[in-house]
Amino acid sequence: MVKLNEEEQAMLAGEFGEPRRLSMEHIQKVGNFFDAEDLVEVSQVHLMADTESTGEAGIEYLEMLGTYPEEERRVRVPTVTDPLGCDFAKAERINHPEEFIALERRLTNAFLDLGILITQTCINYQTILPPVLGEHLAYGDTGSSIYANSVMGGRTNFQGGPSALAAALTGRVPRYGFHLDERRRGTNLWELQCRPESLSDWGAAGAIIGRAQGSYWEVPVITGVDGSPNSDELKQFGAAMASFGSTPLFHMVGVTPEAPDLASVFDGPPPAATPISQADIDDLYRSYQPDDDKLDVVVFAAPQLSLVEMQQVGLLLRDRNVHADVTVLAATSPEIKAACDRMGITEMIEASGAVVLEGVCFYQMHAREIGEANGWRRLMSNSAKIVNILGGYGYEPVLGTTEHCIDSAVAGRIV
Amino acid sequence: MADRIIKGHVGIGPKVTGEALVASDNFSARYDLNRVDGVFSRPTHKLVGQNYVGKVLVLNIAKGGVATAWMLREMAAREMVPLALLLNFANPIMAQGAAFGDVSLIDRFDVDITGAIQTGEQVTVDPETGTVAVHG
Repeated sequence: MVKLNEEEQAMLAGEFGEPRRLSMEHIQKVGNFFDAEDLVEVSQVHLMADTESTGEAGIEYLEMLGTYPEEERRVRVPTVTDPLGCDFAKAERINHPEEFIALERRLTNAFLDLGILITQTCINYQTILPPVLGEHLAYGDTGSSIYANSVMGGRTNFQGGPSALAAALTGRVPRYGFHLDERRRGTNLWELQCRPESLSDWGAAGAIIGRAQGSYWEVPVITGVDGSPNSDELKQFGAAMASFGSTPLFHMVGVTPEAPDLASVFDGPPPAATPISQADIDDLYRSYQPDDDKLDVVVFAAPQLSLVEMQQVGLLLRDRNVHADVTVLAATSPEIKAACDRMGITEMIEASGAVVLEGVCFYQMHAREIGEANGWRRLMSNSAKIVNILGGYGYEPVLGTTEHCIDSAVAGRIV
Repeated sequence: MADRIIKGHVGIGPKVTGEALVASDNFSARYDLNRVDGVFSRPTHKLVGQNYVGKVLVLNIAKGGVATAWMLREMAAREMVPLALLLNFANPIMAQGAAFGDVSLIDRFDVDITGAIQTGEQVTVDPETGTVAVHG
């Protein structure tokens, strides 16, 4: 049984109110499942809660918590949200079903009642409060978790919505998995034999590694990277790896903070390296190659775009028009959207007919129903993560570079 | 009377009995399911097209994203949820979802669970003891 200190026992006994009692009960169940010895304090929480995932049942739970007195219901540590499921300003443009818009408004109000910061972003590690080496976190998105663990040396397990909420209300998570030194050691080795050139190449490489991982507990180590990738490249690499593999941590030798060399991440001699060649990356693209050139929608999201990515999309669309048969969506965070507005990037993108979405991510906004409402089936993206997810939603996803996606959107067919 | 008992790690959720649906494949509620119709929808999944509602799902590992942590409770509220999950390896998301949704879950078995149970067999899942009884 997970050991609780005096304060944690008091929370479990209800002395700090029912929301914290329910949270501690949940934490104890999960901690016992993973043989956690005790709990660890976290300094910030990233809460995933789109209404497609929560459903009405999840919203009702949040609303129930909101009925308690403020001192019992307010979160104990800074808590920010993942993207929500609806950009109210663009709901009509993309035929977002009205029933889901109403759910989103309820969810937003429930968050406010708990003192949660509605940041609506999965790139909080770039834009809100970047984690630091050794900081214990409760991050609730696979992409933000793998980036925080790997690139910044923070410490988190995947904390899905209910557990992130429990962490927010108690300031605690069970101490197991990637909070422990011994779980952060490498378990398999990969050698990049080519330099991924584009964001989608980095995503493809991450997908190859993630797909091969045998469980959540595997930690891939990557060698052969000549010169540090930038934050957006590592963002795509990690998000794809986490999506294809349920993988929360990688080490990149000479790049990430816990891996200055191979000896630092393996106990004893490292295992034989699995090579990743350009041909392997090309094969990954081919696995999402359609039989014809039809195209309905192009999506830039998953993760939300940085300011630099938004500028790149804008420059590629400048003085061009998206074909009438195709919709182009680019999703970013509210902070980046405001910067894009200020710098004329939003205008540059939308002058082409493309749509900038704020505070959402495509696959978290009732993608099945939106697809049906708009007749979208063939979807193209530069995100390996999104093409991995959307097959189950009835789409025919195609992976391409940013340039390939935009050239296709302008042509009205996959070029 | 059970034909055989399979031992795993102590799990989460209530003791239940039901029909197994088995595949040597992985699991994520968001990636793999059409939760409106109650069927596997990912085209490449070995159970594509099969109804999962009320079944004891027996699969390899938890894959994909974090949505399942919320979704199991939401699916339970609409009575479109599996009866139980038996996995070789769960991840935190499955455990969190099972705890929040009160869905039975056991993992870390002594054997490859996807090879130890056949689709259609009746099984009793007892998370408190971490055992699965397969009935003849």
